[in-house]
Amino acid sequence: MTQPESSAGKPAALRGMTLGGLRPGRVDLSESWLYLALLGIVVGFWIWGGSGFFALENFRNILFDTSVIAMLAIGMAYLIIAGHFDLSVGSMLIFSSVVAAKVMVALAGTTEQVQAGIYPHATIAIVAGVLAAIVAGAAWGVVNGLLVVKKGLPSFIVTLGTLGAALSLAQVLSQGANISYIPPAVQSSFGGRLVLGVPLLVIIAAVAMVIAWYFLAKTRFGRWTYAIGSNREAARRAGINVDRHTFLLFVLMGVLAGAAGAMDLARFNTTSIGAHANDNLAAIAAVVIGGASLHGGSGSIPRTAVGVLIPAVLANGFIIVGVEPYWQGFAIGAVLIIAVSVDQSRRHRLATAGSSGGQREGRPRTSSRSGSRREGT
Amino acid sequence: MSAVAAGLALEARGITKYFGHVTALDDVSFEIAPGEVVALMGDNGAGKSTLVKCLSGAMRPDEGTLSIDGEPVVLESPTHARGLGIETVYQDLALADDLSAAENFFLGREHLLQGQPWRRFGHLDRRRMHREASAHLDRLSINLPDLRAPVREFSGGQRQCVAVARALVWAKKVIFMDEPTAALGVAQTRHVLDLIVRVRESGLAVVVISHSVPEVLEVADRIVVLRLGERVATLDPATCNGDDVVAAITGASTHRGGRSTP
Repeated sequence: MTQPESSAGKPAALRGMTLGGLRPGRVDLSESWLYLALLGIVVGFWIWGGSGFFALENFRNILFDTSVIAMLAIGMAYLIIAGHFDLSVGSMLIFSSVVAAKVMVALAGTTEQVQAGIYPHATIAIVAGVLAAIVAGAAWGVVNGLLVVKKGLPSFIVTLGTLGAALSLAQVLSQGANISYIPPAVQSSFGGRLVLGVPLLVIIAAVAMVIAWYFLAKTRFGRWTYAIGSNREAARRAGINVDRHTFLLFVLMGVLAGAAGAMDLARFNTTSIGAHANDNLAAIAAVVIGGASLHGGSGSIPRTAVGVLIPAVLANGFIIVGVEPYWQGFAIGAVLIIAVSVDQSRRHRLATAGSSGGQREGRPRTSSRSGSRREGT
Repeated sequence: MSAVAAGLALEARGITKYFGHVTALDDVSFEIAPGEVVALMGDNGAGKSTLVKCLSGAMRPDEGTLSIDGEPVVLESPTHARGLGIETVYQDLALADDLSAAENFFLGREHLLQGQPWRRFGHLDRRRMHREASAHLDRLSINLPDLRAPVREFSGGQRQCVAVARALVWAKKVIFMDEPTAALGVAQTRHVLDLIVRVRESGLAVVVISHSVPEVLEVADRIVVLRLGERVATLDPATCNGDDVVAAITGASTHRGGRSTP
């Protein structure tokens, strides 16, 4: 324990210094290494690949490629921070896009009109389809949330189950084939649309990121998300309705996966049933590259965004500089491991040296780690 | 005891709790006045934790009545008890390790930024919470290195101080502490004991569960001893010694200085 006499009058002054600034506990300078890593990768490919890589057009492509996974990563970040997982995101996405496609085809016109390529009610069909996708995703989120909260099952197991179930139902609905006669307007006026030169899907993902950042970092909802992941029992004792909050996070994940399903459908103008098997791992990797602990309690949206971008930039850069595409998985895997190990050693250093160890002499550090159940996270 | 009943911060009569066939608490009475430190002692399984749970809303007693400031109450939940000014420091501290001290202080009771749109979103008033937490710690002479650092970076004693200080922010009447010094070193224990004394001076009633006879003799105004679910003795630390306390806990012999309750 600190001795009062050795620091009388000092803490107030020290606290005053940090009061107006950022929060050194969460956002110190060494945390910016991840952003620097992304910058380094971009500069590296710029030097290596030249203007083929470093061009607005190419950056637009990279962002376009990440817009769907970014939506999944947002929900995954909330869940992981709260100490949960969702392995079913890719299946929820596919299910939602199949539902959306069915609704669009059904509402766009009569069967004969649609087969002839005539879509008298395309606009209303597309709007209804997007809403249907979000509702479909939310429904799976409700299933996941109820099973985790009411049955007390581990989210890993529950979502492993719904991973299979949602994909299977999507295949039942579509008879295993991609759905035909989707109004092409979904791609031309939504999925492929540019607003001031920026793809609409990128804008949607960016807006979702900003909103998610706001609620996670600035509001009580976000604070409770961290608290639940950090110590569920403490949150419960503090009067937080942990079950309700956890349930809402699963529904939020479902809503985002549903929106991602609509976006994916709009981008490719088709349901891509086979293309999302690894979305769950990609989303988890993004959140973890972004510094989150799988034990919960830490993570952030801006860093998750970087975690989405780094693999995408690597994949894009490798293609442009002509590295065999088989190397992509290796490089992205290496980045994941490097990111986590850098983060872990940084936190360990922070914890053992103390973010404020220099303030006071002779502060016993012997037991500083003893109370910590999640070392190095 | 009944003579001062009107001035009691908390009074429990005939608290009985069964777990199946086991009688965990048998007709236990408990009382504490404002500005008093009462130590609750007893061997493992004596019913200390069960009694504290019954008095802090974490558990409903099967029989018995409870009154706070002379007003009869039935505690529905820990949240309800907190609303009545009763706080508990749990043995495992119940801190969210990834949150800062200030964030832990206000966990579940966050100040929100005033003004219509912000309030609707639940926008935190961080500045105000930080300011109030900082002022509160100064008042208790608790020095923490960094109010914004996650509490996992703190030492065991510092974490204990955070937990105690958090309870003190909100306690209006009674504060229960479950073995507050169990995991601490000598200097850290010293600090927590000093803190208990300062809490008493602020007029709160403090109930401390402890196994440490010397600590109890030092800080407590009264020692209540439970054995096998019954209240077997009330000792006055001024007139008894450690052997008396141990004897009362184990039931080995009658005790010399203390006064015994039926």
